[in-house]
Amino acid sequence: MTATATPVLDVERLREDFPILSLRVHGKPLVYLDNAATSQKPRSVIEAITRFYSAENANIHRGVYYLSDRATVAYEAARERVAGFLNAASPREIVFTRGTTEAINLVAQSWGRSELRAGDEILITGLEHHSNIVPWQLLAAQMGATVRAVPITDAGELDLDAFDRLLGERTRLLAVAHLSNALGTINPVRELVARAHALGVVTLVDGAQSAPHLPVDVQALGCDFFAFSGHKLFGPTGVGALYGRAALLERMPPWQGGGDMIETVSLERSTFAEPPARFEAGTPMIAEVIGLAAALDYVESVGRQAIAAWEEELLACATERVREIDGIRLIGTARQKASVLSFVVEGVHPHDVGAVLDDDGIAIRTGHHCAQPVMQHFGVPATARASFAFYNTRDEIDALARGLRRARTLFA
Amino acid sequence: MASLSELYQNVILEHNRSPRNYRAMDDDARHAEGHNPLCGDHLTVWVRMDGEVIGDVSFQGAGCAISKASASLMTGAVKGKTRQEAEALFQRFHKLVTGRLPAGESETLGKLAVFSGVSEFPVRVKCASLSWHTLKAALEGGQSDKPDHPSA
Repeated sequence: MTATATPVLDVERLREDFPILSLRVHGKPLVYLDNAATSQKPRSVIEAITRFYSAENANIHRGVYYLSDRATVAYEAARERVAGFLNAASPREIVFTRGTTEAINLVAQSWGRSELRAGDEILITGLEHHSNIVPWQLLAAQMGATVRAVPITDAGELDLDAFDRLLGERTRLLAVAHLSNALGTINPVRELVARAHALGVVTLVDGAQSAPHLPVDVQALGCDFFAFSGHKLFGPTGVGALYGRAALLERMPPWQGGGDMIETVSLERSTFAEPPARFEAGTPMIAEVIGLAAALDYVESVGRQAIAAWEEELLACATERVREIDGIRLIGTARQKASVLSFVVEGVHPHDVGAVLDDDGIAIRTGHHCAQPVMQHFGVPATARASFAFYNTRDEIDALARGLRRARTLFA
Repeated sequence: MASLSELYQNVILEHNRSPRNYRAMDDDARHAEGHNPLCGDHLTVWVRMDGEVIGDVSFQGAGCAISKASASLMTGAVKGKTRQEAEALFQRFHKLVTGRLPAGESETLGKLAVFSGVSEFPVRVKCASLSWHTLKAALEGGQSDKPDHPSA
Protein backbone atom coordinates (compact mmCIF):
# COMPACT_ATOMS: atom_id res chain seq x y z
CA MET A 1 0.00 0.00 0.00
CA THR A 2 2.64 2.49 1.08
CA ALA A 3 4.84 1.39 -1.79
CA THR A 4 2.40 2.73 -4.34
CA ALA A 5 1.36 5.82 -2.38
CA THR A 6 4.87 7.18 -1.84
CA PRO A 7 8.12 7.33 -3.77
CA VAL A 8 10.12 4.14 -3.36
CA LEU A 9 13.57 4.56 -1.87
CA ASP A 10 16.53 3.09 -3.67
CA VAL A 11 18.06 1.97 -0.39
CA GLU A 12 21.07 0.22 -1.91
CA ARG A 13 22.05 3.39 -3.75
CA LEU A 14 21.48 5.57 -0.68
CA ARG A 15 23.69 3.27 1.42
CA GLU A 16 26.60 4.15 -0.85
CA ASP A 17 26.34 7.72 0.43
CA PHE A 18 27.39 6.51 3.90
CA PRO A 19 31.07 5.43 3.97
CA ILE A 20 30.75 3.67 7.32
CA LEU A 21 28.02 1.32 6.07
CA SER A 22 30.54 -0.62 4.01
CA LEU A 23 32.55 -1.42 7.15
CA ARG A 24 33.05 -5.01 8.27
CA VAL A 25 32.89 -5.81 11.99
CA HIS A 26 34.34 -9.07 13.35
CA GLY A 27 34.62 -10.15 9.72
CA LYS A 28 30.94 -9.52 8.96
CA PRO A 29 29.16 -6.64 7.29
CA LEU A 30 28.16 -3.94 9.78
CA VAL A 31 24.44 -3.99 10.52
CA TYR A 32 23.81 -0.69 12.24
CA LEU A 33 20.58 -0.75 14.22
CA ASP A 34 21.32 1.85 16.90
CA ASN A 35 20.04 4.89 15.08
CA ALA A 36 18.08 6.18 18.05
CA ALA A 37 21.39 6.60 19.88
CA THR A 38 23.08 8.28 16.97
CA SER A 39 22.87 8.08 13.20
CA GLN A 40 25.57 7.57 10.59
CA LYS A 41 26.77 10.44 8.39
CA PRO A 42 26.50 10.77 4.64
CA ARG A 43 29.54 11.79 2.63
CA SER A 44 28.00 15.22 1.94
CA VAL A 45 28.04 16.03 5.67
CA ILE A 46 31.60 14.80 6.14
CA GLU A 47 32.69 16.81 3.10
CA ALA A 48 30.88 19.97 4.25
CA ILE A 49 32.85 19.92 7.50
CA THR A 50 36.13 19.20 5.72
CA ARG A 51 35.42 21.96 3.19
CA PHE A 52 34.68 24.44 5.98
CA TYR A 53 37.96 23.73 7.76
CA SER A 54 39.88 23.60 4.47
CA ALA A 55 38.56 26.73 2.84
CA GLU A 56 36.18 28.77 5.01
CA ASN A 57 37.30 28.59 8.63
CA ALA A 58 37.16 31.83 10.61
CA ASN A 59 35.25 33.08 13.59
CA ILE A 60 31.81 34.52 12.88
CA HIS A 61 30.17 37.89 13.57
CA ARG A 62 33.57 39.45 14.18
CA GLY A 63 35.80 40.27 11.25
CA VAL A 64 35.42 42.45 8.19
CA TYR A 65 37.71 40.20 6.22
CA TYR A 66 36.80 37.71 3.53
CA LEU A 67 36.92 34.47 5.52
CA SER A 68 35.01 35.76 8.52
CA ASP A 69 32.35 37.09 6.22
CA ARG A 70 32.06 33.74 4.43
CA ALA A 71 31.83 31.81 7.72
CA THR A 72 29.19 34.21 9.04
CA VAL A 73 27.12 33.91 5.88
CA ALA A 74 27.32 30.11 5.98
CA TYR A 75 26.39 30.02 9.68
CA GLU A 76 23.38 32.28 9.24
CA ALA A 77 22.33 30.41 6.09
CA ALA A 78 22.26 27.27 8.22
CA ARG A 79 19.88 29.00 10.61
CA GLU A 80 17.54 29.69 7.72
CA ARG A 81 17.93 26.07 6.67
CA VAL A 82 16.84 24.83 10.11
CA ALA A 83 13.92 27.26 10.18
CA GLY A 84 12.79 25.87 6.84
CA PHE A 85 13.21 22.28 7.99
CA LEU A 86 10.93 22.86 10.99
CA ASN A 87 8.68 25.35 9.17
CA ALA A 88 9.39 28.03 11.75
CA ALA A 89 7.97 31.45 10.93
CA SER A 90 11.43 33.08 11.02
CA PRO A 91 15.11 32.12 11.40
CA ARG A 92 15.10 34.44 14.43
CA GLU A 93 13.21 31.67 16.20
CA ILE A 94 16.13 29.22 15.85
CA VAL A 95 18.82 29.11 18.55
CA PHE A 96 21.79 26.83 17.94
CA THR A 97 22.71 24.64 20.91
CA ARG A 98 24.96 21.65 21.52
CA GLY A 99 21.92 19.41 21.14
CA THR A 100 18.51 18.57 22.55
CA THR A 101 19.77 18.38 26.12
CA GLU A 102 21.24 21.87 26.03
CA ALA A 103 18.13 23.24 24.30
CA ILE A 104 15.90 21.90 27.09
CA ASN A 105 18.25 23.21 29.76
CA LEU A 106 18.18 26.59 28.06
CA VAL A 107 14.39 26.74 28.33
CA ALA A 108 14.48 25.50 31.93
CA GLN A 109 17.08 28.01 33.06
CA SER A 110 16.02 31.04 31.02
CA TRP A 111 12.24 30.77 30.66
CA GLY A 112 11.79 28.66 33.77
CA ARG A 113 13.76 30.75 36.22
CA SER A 114 12.16 33.99 35.06
CA GLU A 115 8.58 32.72 34.80
CA LEU A 116 8.00 30.07 37.47
CA ARG A 117 6.88 30.73 41.02
CA ALA A 118 6.80 28.49 44.07
CA GLY A 119 3.89 26.06 43.86
CA ASP A 120 3.83 25.99 40.06
CA GLU A 121 3.76 22.65 38.30
CA ILE A 122 5.71 21.29 35.35
CA LEU A 123 3.99 18.43 33.56
CA ILE A 124 6.15 15.79 31.88
CA THR A 125 5.35 12.17 31.00
CA GLY A 126 6.48 8.71 32.01
CA LEU A 127 7.93 8.23 28.52
CA GLU A 128 10.60 10.91 28.71
CA HIS A 129 14.32 10.29 28.48
CA HIS A 130 16.52 11.75 31.16
CA SER A 131 17.18 15.00 29.33
CA ASN A 132 13.48 15.87 29.47
CA ILE A 133 13.22 14.94 33.16
CA VAL A 134 16.33 16.08 34.99
CA PRO A 135 16.43 19.74 33.77
CA TRP A 136 12.88 20.16 35.12
CA GLN A 137 13.76 18.52 38.43
CA LEU A 138 16.70 20.92 38.80
CA LEU A 139 14.45 23.87 37.94
CA ALA A 140 11.70 22.71 40.30
CA ALA A 141 14.21 22.46 43.17
CA GLN A 142 15.47 25.97 42.39
CA MET A 143 12.00 27.52 42.22
CA GLY A 144 9.97 25.50 44.72
CA ALA A 145 7.93 24.08 41.84
CA THR A 146 6.75 20.50 41.37
CA VAL A 147 7.31 18.08 38.49
CA ARG A 148 4.38 15.79 37.73
CA ALA A 149 4.35 13.00 35.17
CA VAL A 150 1.56 11.62 32.98
CA PRO A 151 1.56 7.84 33.50
CA ILE A 152 1.82 5.39 30.63
CA THR A 153 -0.27 2.34 29.84
CA ASP A 154 1.07 -1.19 29.44
CA ALA A 155 1.16 -0.65 25.68
CA GLY A 156 3.51 2.29 26.26
CA GLU A 157 0.99 4.99 25.36
CA LEU A 158 0.23 8.08 27.41
CA ASP A 159 -2.81 7.76 29.66
CA LEU A 160 -4.81 10.65 28.20
CA ASP A 161 -7.45 10.65 30.94
CA ALA A 162 -4.67 11.07 33.47
CA PHE A 163 -3.20 13.81 31.27
CA ASP A 164 -6.45 15.77 31.50
CA ARG A 165 -6.57 15.32 35.26
CA LEU A 166 -2.94 16.35 35.76
CA LEU A 167 -3.15 19.40 33.50
CA GLY A 168 -4.47 21.90 36.02
CA GLU A 169 -4.45 25.54 36.97
CA ARG A 170 -1.05 25.23 38.63
CA THR A 171 0.51 23.77 35.47
CA ARG A 172 2.78 26.30 33.79
CA LEU A 173 4.68 24.08 31.35
CA LEU A 174 4.09 20.87 29.43
CA ALA A 175 7.29 19.11 28.27
CA VAL A 176 6.68 16.03 26.16
CA ALA A 177 8.56 13.80 23.73
CA HIS A 178 7.23 13.70 20.19
CA LEU A 179 8.57 10.16 19.71
CA SER A 180 9.76 7.98 22.59
CA ASN A 181 13.37 6.84 22.32
CA ALA A 182 12.87 3.77 24.50
CA LEU A 183 9.60 2.45 23.04
CA GLY A 184 9.01 4.19 19.72
CA THR A 185 5.62 5.54 20.77
CA ILE A 186 4.45 8.54 18.73
CA ASN A 187 2.66 10.87 21.10
CA PRO A 188 -0.35 12.90 19.90
CA VAL A 189 1.54 16.12 20.56
CA ARG A 190 -0.66 18.36 18.44
CA GLU A 191 -3.65 17.40 20.56
CA LEU A 192 -1.70 17.65 23.83
CA VAL A 193 -0.39 21.09 22.89
CA ALA A 194 -3.91 22.27 22.04
CA ARG A 195 -5.25 21.09 25.40
CA ALA A 196 -2.35 22.76 27.21
CA HIS A 197 -2.73 26.03 25.33
CA ALA A 198 -6.45 26.10 26.17
CA LEU A 199 -5.32 26.51 29.79
CA GLY A 200 -2.53 28.96 28.99
CA VAL A 201 0.20 26.38 29.55
CA VAL A 202 3.51 26.83 27.69
CA THR A 203 4.59 23.76 25.70
CA LEU A 204 7.94 22.20 24.83
CA VAL A 205 8.20 19.29 22.42
CA ASP A 206 11.33 17.12 22.63
CA GLY A 207 12.01 16.26 19.02
CA ALA A 208 15.29 14.39 19.47
CA GLN A 209 13.75 11.23 18.00
CA SER A 210 11.01 12.66 15.81
CA ALA A 211 13.06 15.09 13.73
CA PRO A 212 15.01 12.29 11.97
CA HIS A 213 11.98 10.11 11.30
CA LEU A 214 8.80 12.15 10.96
CA PRO A 215 8.05 15.30 9.01
CA VAL A 216 7.98 18.13 11.58
CA ASP A 217 6.07 21.39 11.24
CA VAL A 218 6.31 23.44 14.43
CA GLN A 219 3.55 25.81 13.35
CA ALA A 220 1.16 22.94 12.71
CA LEU A 221 2.14 21.32 16.03
CA GLY A 222 1.52 24.68 17.65
CA CYS A 223 4.20 24.19 20.31
CA ASP A 224 6.09 27.06 21.92
CA PHE A 225 9.44 25.26 21.97
CA PHE A 226 10.86 22.37 19.95
CA ALA A 227 14.29 20.84 20.59
CA PHE A 228 16.34 18.48 18.42
CA SER A 229 19.88 17.15 17.93
CA GLY A 230 21.92 17.12 14.75
CA HIS A 231 23.73 13.85 15.36
CA LYS A 232 20.53 11.79 15.33
CA LEU A 233 19.62 13.49 12.05
CA PHE A 234 22.68 12.30 10.08
CA GLY A 235 24.58 15.45 11.10
CA PRO A 236 27.57 16.03 13.39
CA THR A 237 27.65 15.56 17.16
CA GLY A 238 27.76 18.66 19.32
CA VAL A 239 25.08 20.63 17.50
CA GLY A 240 21.32 20.91 17.72
CA ALA A 241 18.74 23.63 17.85
CA LEU A 242 15.95 25.10 19.88
CA TYR A 243 12.94 26.50 18.11
CA GLY A 244 11.20 29.08 20.28
CA ARG A 245 8.23 31.24 19.35
CA ALA A 246 9.54 34.78 18.87
CA ALA A 247 7.14 36.25 21.45
CA LEU A 248 8.58 33.98 24.14
CA LEU A 249 12.25 34.22 23.16
CA GLU A 250 12.04 38.03 23.21
CA ARG A 251 10.91 38.03 26.85
CA MET A 252 13.49 35.49 28.00
CA PRO A 253 16.69 36.58 29.81
CA PRO A 254 20.15 35.28 28.82
CA TRP A 255 21.19 32.02 30.43
CA GLN A 256 24.91 32.12 29.67
CA GLY A 257 27.01 35.26 29.41
CA GLY A 258 29.87 35.93 27.05
CA GLY A 259 30.78 37.25 23.66
CA ASP A 260 28.26 37.49 20.82
CA MET A 261 25.22 37.66 23.12
CA ILE A 262 25.73 41.28 24.11
CA GLU A 263 24.84 44.67 22.77
CA THR A 264 27.15 46.80 24.91
CA VAL A 265 29.44 45.87 27.77
CA SER A 266 31.00 48.09 30.40
CA LEU A 267 32.64 46.96 33.60
CA GLU A 268 29.47 47.91 35.48
CA ARG A 269 26.76 46.45 33.31
CA SER A 270 25.90 44.99 29.95
CA THR A 271 22.93 45.02 27.65
CA PHE A 272 21.98 42.04 25.64
CA ALA A 273 21.46 41.24 22.01
CA GLU A 274 18.10 40.31 20.54
CA PRO A 275 17.27 36.62 20.10
CA PRO A 276 18.63 34.33 18.86
CA ALA A 277 22.12 35.83 19.48
CA ARG A 278 21.11 36.48 23.11
CA PHE A 279 21.23 32.73 23.69
CA GLU A 280 24.43 31.94 21.82
CA ALA A 281 27.22 33.13 24.10
CA GLY A 282 30.79 32.60 22.93
CA THR A 283 32.11 31.13 19.72
CA PRO A 284 29.55 28.54 18.63
CA MET A 285 30.11 25.17 16.94
CA ILE A 286 30.45 26.74 13.52
CA ALA A 287 31.65 23.73 11.52
CA GLU A 288 29.01 21.53 13.13
CA VAL A 289 26.25 24.01 12.32
CA ILE A 290 27.37 23.96 8.69
CA GLY A 291 27.48 20.16 8.81
CA LEU A 292 23.95 20.16 10.21
CA ALA A 293 22.71 22.25 7.29
CA ALA A 294 24.28 19.73 4.90
CA ALA A 295 22.51 16.92 6.76
CA LEU A 296 19.14 18.65 6.42
CA ASP A 297 19.80 19.15 2.70
CA TYR A 298 20.56 15.46 2.42
CA VAL A 299 17.42 14.37 4.28
CA GLU A 300 15.24 16.58 2.13
CA SER A 301 16.88 15.30 -1.03
CA VAL A 302 15.91 11.76 0.04
CA GLY A 303 12.43 12.97 0.97
CA ARG A 304 10.95 13.06 4.43
CA GLN A 305 7.66 11.40 3.46
CA ALA A 306 9.55 8.64 1.67
CA ILE A 307 11.80 8.14 4.70
CA ALA A 308 8.83 7.86 7.05
CA ALA A 309 7.07 5.41 4.71
CA TRP A 310 10.11 3.13 4.30
CA GLU A 311 10.84 3.16 8.03
CA GLU A 312 7.22 2.21 8.70
CA GLU A 313 7.69 -0.82 6.47
CA LEU A 314 10.97 -1.71 8.19
CA LEU A 315 9.40 -1.47 11.64
CA ALA A 316 6.43 -3.59 10.61
CA CYS A 317 8.77 -6.20 9.10
CA ALA A 318 11.04 -6.25 12.16
CA THR A 319 8.09 -6.49 14.55
CA GLU A 320 6.76 -9.49 12.65
CA ARG A 321 10.13 -11.24 12.44
CA VAL A 322 10.94 -10.74 16.12
CA ARG A 323 7.46 -11.79 17.24
CA GLU A 324 7.95 -15.13 15.46
CA ILE A 325 10.79 -16.02 17.84
CA ASP A 326 9.78 -17.91 20.97
CA GLY A 327 10.45 -16.24 24.28
CA ILE A 328 10.64 -12.66 23.07
CA ARG A 329 8.51 -10.01 24.73
CA LEU A 330 8.07 -6.71 22.95
CA ILE A 331 8.26 -3.70 25.26
CA GLY A 332 6.09 -0.94 23.82
CA THR A 333 3.19 -1.89 21.60
CA ALA A 334 1.58 1.49 21.00
CA ARG A 335 -0.76 1.82 18.02
CA GLN A 336 1.33 4.69 16.63
CA LYS A 337 5.01 3.83 16.57
CA ALA A 338 8.09 4.72 14.58
CA SER A 339 11.63 3.44 14.11
CA VAL A 340 12.15 1.70 17.48
CA LEU A 341 11.72 -1.95 18.51
CA SER A 342 12.39 -2.61 22.18
CA PHE A 343 12.24 -6.13 23.59
CA VAL A 344 13.49 -8.60 26.16
CA VAL A 345 14.56 -12.16 25.46
CA GLU A 346 13.35 -14.62 28.08
CA GLY A 347 16.26 -15.91 30.19
CA VAL A 348 18.87 -13.80 28.39
CA HIS A 349 20.02 -10.48 29.78
CA PRO A 350 19.97 -7.65 27.20
CA HIS A 351 23.76 -7.22 27.56
CA ASP A 352 24.30 -10.80 26.55
CA VAL A 353 21.89 -10.40 23.64
CA GLY A 354 23.93 -7.38 22.57
CA ALA A 355 27.22 -9.28 22.83
CA VAL A 356 25.96 -12.16 20.68
CA LEU A 357 24.60 -9.76 18.06
CA ASP A 358 27.86 -7.80 18.08
CA ASP A 359 29.69 -10.99 17.24
CA ASP A 360 27.53 -11.07 14.09
CA GLY A 361 28.42 -7.45 13.30
CA ILE A 362 25.02 -6.19 14.48
CA ALA A 363 24.91 -3.01 16.57
CA ILE A 364 21.92 -2.57 18.84
CA ARG A 365 21.50 -0.70 22.09
CA THR A 366 21.11 -2.57 25.35
CA GLY A 367 20.40 -0.95 28.66
CA HIS A 368 17.91 1.53 30.04
CA HIS A 369 18.18 3.95 27.10
CA CYS A 370 18.49 6.88 29.50
CA ALA A 371 14.83 6.33 30.30
CA GLN A 372 14.89 4.56 33.66
CA PRO A 373 11.27 5.46 34.58
CA VAL A 374 10.10 3.62 31.43
CA MET A 375 12.08 0.53 32.49
CA GLN A 376 10.56 0.74 35.98
CA HIS A 377 7.06 0.81 34.50
CA PHE A 378 7.65 -2.44 32.65
CA GLY A 379 9.52 -4.05 35.56
CA VAL A 380 12.71 -4.70 33.58
CA PRO A 381 16.19 -3.39 34.38
CA ALA A 382 17.00 -3.00 30.73
CA THR A 383 15.85 -3.89 27.23
CA ALA A 384 17.43 -4.63 23.90
CA ARG A 385 16.53 -2.01 21.32
CA ALA A 386 16.85 -2.10 17.58
CA SER A 387 16.25 1.31 16.02
CA PHE A 388 16.06 1.93 12.32
CA ALA A 389 16.98 4.54 9.76
CA PHE A 390 16.06 4.75 6.11
CA TYR A 391 19.35 3.10 5.10
CA ASN A 392 18.43 -0.15 6.83
CA THR A 393 17.26 -3.11 4.77
CA ARG A 394 15.09 -6.19 5.08
CA ASP A 395 18.25 -8.33 4.89
CA GLU A 396 19.54 -6.59 8.00
CA ILE A 397 16.31 -7.42 9.82
CA ASP A 398 16.79 -11.06 8.79
CA ALA A 399 20.30 -10.91 10.28
CA LEU A 400 18.83 -9.50 13.50
CA ALA A 401 16.31 -12.34 13.72
CA ARG A 402 19.06 -14.93 13.09
CA GLY A 403 21.22 -13.37 15.81
CA LEU A 404 18.37 -13.41 18.31
CA ARG A 405 17.77 -17.11 17.64
CA ARG A 406 21.49 -17.71 18.18
CA ALA A 407 21.35 -15.89 21.53
CA ARG A 408 18.37 -17.99 22.61
CA THR A 409 20.25 -21.19 21.77
CA LEU A 410 23.51 -20.16 23.43
CA PHE A 411 21.92 -19.25 26.75
CA ALA A 412 19.20 -21.92 26.80
CA MET B 1 39.94 -10.50 17.77
CA ALA B 2 38.41 -12.32 20.71
CA SER B 3 35.65 -14.73 19.92
CA LEU B 4 32.35 -15.03 21.66
CA SER B 5 33.17 -18.50 22.94
CA GLU B 6 36.20 -17.12 24.82
CA LEU B 7 33.91 -14.70 26.63
CA TYR B 8 31.07 -17.11 27.28
CA GLN B 9 32.95 -20.21 28.37
CA ASN B 10 30.83 -23.20 29.35
CA VAL B 11 31.49 -22.74 33.05
CA ILE B 12 30.14 -19.19 32.79
CA LEU B 13 27.04 -20.27 30.89
CA GLU B 14 26.42 -23.01 33.44
CA HIS B 15 26.78 -20.69 36.47
CA ASN B 16 24.50 -18.17 34.75
CA ARG B 17 21.86 -20.89 34.38
CA SER B 18 22.27 -22.24 37.92
CA PRO B 19 23.96 -19.67 40.12
CA ARG B 20 25.38 -21.00 43.41
CA ASN B 21 24.59 -19.40 46.77
CA TYR B 22 21.77 -17.43 45.14
CA ARG B 23 19.77 -16.55 48.25
CA ALA B 24 19.21 -13.81 50.77
CA MET B 25 20.44 -13.96 54.37
CA ASP B 26 18.85 -12.55 57.50
CA ASP B 27 19.13 -8.84 58.09
CA ASP B 28 21.79 -9.34 60.74
CA ALA B 29 24.25 -10.56 58.10
CA ARG B 30 26.50 -7.89 56.62
CA HIS B 31 25.32 -6.91 53.18
CA ALA B 32 25.85 -4.32 50.51
CA GLU B 33 24.19 -3.38 47.23
CA GLY B 34 26.03 -2.84 43.99
CA HIS B 35 24.74 -0.97 40.95
CA ASN B 36 26.07 -0.55 37.48
CA PRO B 37 24.29 2.66 36.49
CA LEU B 38 25.31 2.23 32.86
CA CYS B 39 23.35 -0.97 32.31
CA GLY B 40 20.97 -1.11 35.24
CA ASP B 41 22.58 -4.19 36.80
CA HIS B 42 21.90 -4.46 40.48
CA LEU B 43 22.84 -7.04 43.08
CA THR B 44 23.04 -7.57 46.82
CA VAL B 45 25.86 -9.55 48.47
CA TRP B 46 25.49 -10.95 51.99
CA VAL B 47 28.40 -12.17 54.07
CA ARG B 48 28.62 -13.78 57.50
CA MET B 49 31.98 -14.01 59.26
CA ASP B 50 32.98 -17.10 61.21
CA GLY B 51 35.74 -15.74 63.41
CA GLU B 52 38.45 -14.49 61.09
CA VAL B 53 37.15 -16.22 57.98
CA ILE B 54 34.15 -15.79 55.71
CA GLY B 55 31.74 -18.43 56.99
CA ASP B 56 28.99 -17.87 54.44
CA VAL B 57 28.43 -15.63 51.45
CA SER B 58 25.47 -15.28 49.09
CA PHE B 59 23.97 -12.95 46.50
CA GLN B 60 20.82 -12.04 44.60
CA GLY B 61 20.11 -9.60 41.83
CA ALA B 62 19.64 -8.91 38.15
CA GLY B 63 22.47 -8.81 35.71
CA CYS B 64 24.01 -10.23 32.58
CA ALA B 65 25.54 -13.71 32.33
CA ILE B 66 29.01 -12.35 33.09
CA SER B 67 27.94 -10.53 36.25
CA LYS B 68 25.78 -13.39 37.49
CA ALA B 69 28.37 -16.11 36.85
CA SER B 70 31.06 -13.92 38.37
CA ALA B 71 29.03 -13.47 41.55
CA SER B 72 28.28 -17.19 41.68
CA LEU B 73 31.93 -18.25 41.24
CA MET B 74 33.05 -15.56 43.67
CA THR B 75 30.89 -16.97 46.46
CA GLY B 76 32.57 -20.35 46.01
CA ALA B 77 36.05 -18.84 45.85
CA VAL B 78 35.96 -16.68 48.98
CA LYS B 79 34.19 -18.99 51.41
CA GLY B 80 36.61 -19.98 54.19
CA LYS B 81 39.02 -17.17 53.32
CA THR B 82 40.00 -14.26 55.55
CA ARG B 83 39.07 -10.75 54.54
CA GLN B 84 42.67 -10.06 53.51
CA GLU B 85 42.81 -13.23 51.44
CA ALA B 86 39.51 -12.34 49.74
CA GLU B 87 40.74 -8.85 48.91
CA ALA B 88 44.01 -10.20 47.56
CA LEU B 89 42.03 -12.59 45.37
CA PHE B 90 39.91 -9.68 44.09
CA GLN B 91 43.08 -7.80 43.16
CA ARG B 92 44.34 -10.73 41.12
CA PHE B 93 40.91 -11.26 39.57
CA HIS B 94 40.76 -7.59 38.61
CA LYS B 95 44.15 -7.87 36.96
CA LEU B 96 42.91 -10.92 35.05
CA VAL B 97 39.79 -9.24 33.65
CA THR B 98 41.70 -6.08 32.75
CA GLY B 99 44.42 -8.07 31.02
CA ARG B 100 47.18 -7.10 33.45
CA LEU B 101 47.84 -10.48 35.08
CA PRO B 102 51.25 -11.83 34.04
CA ALA B 103 51.06 -14.87 31.77
CA GLY B 104 51.07 -18.15 33.67
CA GLU B 105 49.51 -16.67 36.80
CA SER B 106 45.91 -17.29 35.83
CA GLU B 107 46.07 -20.87 37.20
CA THR B 108 46.46 -19.40 40.68
CA LEU B 109 42.90 -18.15 40.32
CA GLY B 110 41.43 -21.63 39.96
CA LYS B 111 37.96 -21.64 38.39
CA LEU B 112 37.97 -17.84 38.23
CA ALA B 113 40.38 -18.15 35.29
CA VAL B 114 37.36 -18.71 33.03
CA PHE B 115 36.92 -14.93 33.06
CA SER B 116 40.17 -14.35 31.17
CA GLY B 117 38.17 -13.65 27.98
CA VAL B 118 36.63 -10.56 29.59
CA SER B 119 39.87 -8.64 29.10
CA GLU B 120 39.14 -8.61 25.35
CA PHE B 121 35.78 -6.93 26.02
CA PRO B 122 36.57 -3.81 28.06
CA VAL B 123 32.92 -2.83 28.47
CA ARG B 124 32.30 -6.07 30.33
CA VAL B 125 34.95 -5.50 33.01
CA LYS B 126 32.37 -3.77 35.16
CA CYS B 127 30.01 -6.72 34.80
CA ALA B 128 32.68 -9.15 35.99
CA SER B 129 33.83 -7.02 38.91
CA LEU B 130 30.49 -5.70 40.23
CA SER B 131 29.99 -8.55 42.71
CA TRP B 132 33.57 -8.25 43.97
CA HIS B 133 33.22 -4.52 44.62
CA THR B 134 29.98 -5.25 46.41
CA LEU B 135 31.57 -7.99 48.53
CA LYS B 136 34.33 -5.56 49.46
CA ALA B 137 31.74 -3.01 50.54
CA ALA B 138 29.92 -5.65 52.60
CA LEU B 139 33.16 -6.72 54.29
CA GLU B 140 34.03 -3.11 55.04
CA GLY B 141 30.92 -2.71 57.12
CA GLY B 142 27.99 -3.41 54.86
CA GLN B 143 24.85 -1.41 54.30
CA SER B 144 26.66 0.48 51.55
CA ASP B 145 24.67 1.39 48.50
CA LYS B 146 27.46 3.17 46.70
CA PRO B 147 27.56 2.60 42.96
CA ASP B 148 30.23 0.44 41.47
CA HIS B 149 33.35 2.36 40.53
CA PRO B 150 36.02 -0.06 39.41
CA SER B 151 39.47 1.42 39.45
CA ALA B 152 40.33 0.36 35.89
